[in-house]
Amino acid sequence: MDWLTTVDHKKIGILYLIAGGFFFLVGGLEAILIRIQLMFPQKEVVTAQFYNELITMHGTTMIFLAAMPIIFALMNAIIPLQLGARDVAFPFLNALGFWTFFFGGLLLNVSFIAGSVPDAGWTMYAPLSGTQFTQHHGTDYYVIGLQIAGIGTLIGGINFLATIINMRAPGMTFMRMPMFTWASFITSALILFAFPALTVGLAALMFDRLFSGNFFNPQTGGNVVLWEHIFWIFGHPEVYILILPAFGIISEVISTFSRKRLFGYSSMVFATILIGFLGFMVWAHHMFTTGLGPVANALFSVATMLIAVPTGIKIFNWLFTMWGGSIRFTVANLYAIGFVPTFVMGGVTGVMLSAAPADYQYHDSYFVVAHFHYVIVGGLIMGIFAGLHYWWPKMFGRMLSEKLGKVTFWIFYIGFHLTFFVQHFLGLLGMQRRVWQYLDGMGFNNMNFISTIGALMMGVGTILFLINIVITLRKPKDCSNDPWEDGRTLEWTIASPAPEYNFAQTPLVRGYDAWWHEKMEGNTAMTPVEPIGPIHMPNASILPFVMGIGLFITGFGFMYSGEWGTLGFITVGHAVGIVGLLITFGCMGLRSLIDDHGFHIEEDEILKDQGVKS
Amino acid sequence: MKRWQFVKRLAPLMALLVLVLSACGREDMSALNPQGPVAQEQLNLMKISITMMSLVVIVVFAICIFVLIKFRRRKGDNTIPKQVEGSHKLEVIWTVIPIIILVILAVPTLKSVFNLSKDYSKDPEALQVIVTAHQYWWEFEYPELGITTAQELVVPTDRVISIQAATADVLHSFWIPSLAGKIDTNPSGNVNKMYFSAPKAGVYLGKCAELCGTSHGLMDFKVKAVEPSSFERWGVAMTGAVELPTDPDVASAFESKCLTCHAIGQDGSESIYPNLTGIGSRESVGGILINVEEGEKEYKHEDTLYNNLYNWIKDPEAYKPGNKMTNAYTLTDEEAKGIAEYLSNLTLDFE
Ligand code: HEM
Ligand SMILES: [Cu+2]
Repeated sequence: MDWLTTVDHKKIGILYLIAGGFFFLVGGLEAILIRIQLMFPQKEVVTAQFYNELITMHGTTMIFLAAMPIIFALMNAIIPLQLGARDVAFPFLNALGFWTFFFGGLLLNVSFIAGSVPDAGWTMYAPLSGTQFTQHHGTDYYVIGLQIAGIGTLIGGINFLATIINMRAPGMTFMRMPMFTWASFITSALILFAFPALTVGLAALMFDRLFSGNFFNPQTGGNVVLWEHIFWIFGHPEVYILILPAFGIISEVISTFSRKRLFGYSSMVFATILIGFLGFMVWAHHMFTTGLGPVANALFSVATMLIAVPTGIKIFNWLFTMWGGSIRFTVANLYAIGFVPTFVMGGVTGVMLSAAPADYQYHDSYFVVAHFHYVIVGGLIMGIFAGLHYWWPKMFGRMLSEKLGKVTFWIFYIGFHLTFFVQHFLGLLGMQRRVWQYLDGMGFNNMNFISTIGALMMGVGTILFLINIVITLRKPKDCSNDPWEDGRTLEWTIASPAPEYNFAQTPLVRGYDAWWHEKMEGNTAMTPVEPIGPIHMPNASILPFVMGIGLFITGFGFMYSGEWGTLGFITVGHAVGIVGLLITFGCMGLRSLIDDHGFHIEEDEILKDQGVKS
Repeated sequence: MKRWQFVKRLAPLMALLVLVLSACGREDMSALNPQGPVAQEQLNLMKISITMMSLVVIVVFAICIFVLIKFRRRKGDNTIPKQVEGSHKLEVIWTVIPIIILVILAVPTLKSVFNLSKDYSKDPEALQVIVTAHQYWWEFEYPELGITTAQELVVPTDRVISIQAATADVLHSFWIPSLAGKIDTNPSGNVNKMYFSAPKAGVYLGKCAELCGTSHGLMDFKVKAVEPSSFERWGVAMTGAVELPTDPDVASAFESKCLTCHAIGQDGSESIYPNLTGIGSRESVGGILINVEEGEKEYKHEDTLYNNLYNWIKDPEAYKPGNKMTNAYTLTDEEAKGIAEYLSNLTLDFE
């Protein structure tokens, strides 16, 4: 019950982690099924229809329901701590964001039970996704599920923007902010601009499907290339939304475990902003073969290549952070170090893809599958694993097993390269992506087999990680404030896990890497800017959860309005949909009518906490 | 000067890499083994980018390995390394070098973008072909010859082929890896153009590269490049009259159950589904069931022409799930055999 009503950002972070982790397993299972189907030529382990459903749900789930939420988990758990803040700017909205994401994701996956699963690829290109060619409800689940989940993401992004702008501790200027917070800040800005584009696109597609609109239906004058543009105007920034926080994590982990300040901090900030900006300018590089003409292709080609410059700056800054440092190979750092060359490989194939005429060959082939998994698995997932190992003690008060972690890392890492390295060649030799079968005798057999073995290894790695979590849960919560001993930023100045109010006294920040700065001056704690006193906290609330349920019901009702028939003169589906909306709007009404002043945590309680710990 | 030695030593390595990369994969299907000038130009661009990018990867790997070995923390080492803020000089270097690399890559890229978008659709020297993609087959129309055919694009070796591509249903993408890159086929009036030429006679594999439904991965076609004289004879043969089956039962089944959708003989342009004229001379049935001689069957999807036809007619769903031929007719076994027999003799003598 506590978990359903919580508005504590740390607990919401954990909720995001559990839900995101769950969807990661679902998406991973789908990936393994895909790879098993492709293990041998011309096999029919799954049907062609189910295969298309698998690739669609795998892509959608991994991007929207696994990667983003786990990133949000870390952002929620850590950003306020790095800022020296007691909470996020809008705790209630934060909870609402989680629950809308969760119920949106749930709705998407209910499609498996309902038996009509999205099957037109995560890009949902029209007209394949339209009513003419997808007569079942697959696309409806996609548009409505993502619409609901997207609300959560947008709310989350706005919340982080407000938090980072308004709630920094005294002395924490923008140029003293830790890199992870900076990256999350830019990510949130990208969310603010990119997600409305997705919302518009999904709404338009929903109108096409549920109300016979004709945005994307060529038969009634609609334009399918319009969907491609809208999708990628959202979709390209989306990949930067995913990768920037990973960049932030890598910066923190590498600098901590090299016992060195991040090399070229200001150029890192600048590069992050530049990547964010360029991320919006290059969407059409997904459309080189659409027939935009040579001028557009030339412009987008060059614009895309430019992204390599700020990315290169980052890579070299990481390398030179380690240069001259004292590098400790913790599991978190293994992932971070493993990230660098892997991401470089993903990055250079990105530059290769940006050369438009060569892309006429790479596009929609396995080369692309290899490229984007190198950046999202080799980049983002490695970043997430690094971040999880690094901040686990801060989130849960216990250390993950380092020994098991190392084994896990190597199995996962080797499995990853086995899976995806050979796929570059599969693509160049002529294997298209999203194929249910490939013919025998094409020279594809061995590489596909290797790729599947690699995928199974990654599966084993993931299971080992879960085992590690289970083992760790049974250890006592006995971590010190700064368990890695080389902590540099504010989160390492408070107890692990952080108390409900985070900072008993708001700290004074006197430099970049605030905690390291104090340690070097021989201090054992931050200088507080206020005496210990009662701390104001927001009240827990069940409303966000109920609002999520309301939207879930609404989506379901409208989707099936065609089938559920009528009761008298009203359509049952519409009635159900309206009831759902009433629930959600009713909660909004309650929220604005009832005054909720929150409560205070009293001085003696805080002193007691401190006494126990020190 | 030591640095230059490093580059010198790397150069042959790079050259080797490029060599290994080219001439790789099946000749009729690999983008790395181009058989025509367009694919060749694309491969050249790939080679430039692969070389540049391998250099980058090697430099990063080298620094990475060096750093990890040199600066690892030794047991009991509790010294605190110098906290460097950064270095303007270094940062400028690794901003400028990538820019130079990108310029080297951007110039041929731009040249190639414009070169490969040349429009041959008004060129009388070029062979005009209108490609229409369907779930899950390909239609090829030769407006100058008045021919519409399917699954197999026959072209002469001595001319530029000018393609105008569109789709009749969902998005597809027209791709012949060893001859040219791909171009999407868009619906509703949006015609995409591309060109290629196939100077060497042979059969090249083509594919659909855009998810278009269940059998997307099986939507293959062939490009058959033949001598100019053969091509001319092919054009003539395609427009000649075609006899119906001699057995009246088979003939009536064929007419009432197959020709409702398919066409045979001169009216190829009118059929909404693949024209069957000359099907006996094609390399495959349905684009994926490869025709081989008796006894040469090596893979599951290979068989004799007759068997392929028979199997396909009996149960198209087993080979291409979701195709539009499934359940469009019912045939007795006798009829199916007769039709397969008839179609397997429907050859064109042109090569
Ligand atoms: C855990 C290991 C993973 C394996 C073995 C794996 C494997 C695959 C495979 C085989 C495909 C289908 C390619 C095709 O037929 O075209 C695919 C597609 C895809 N994967 Fe993964 N994947 C993994 C993880 C991820 C992750 C973590 C993400 C994102 C965060 C991701 C994002 C995607 C996307 C967006 C697609 C494209 C789906 C589509 O075409 O609609 N994958 N993956
Ligand atoms: Cu296709």
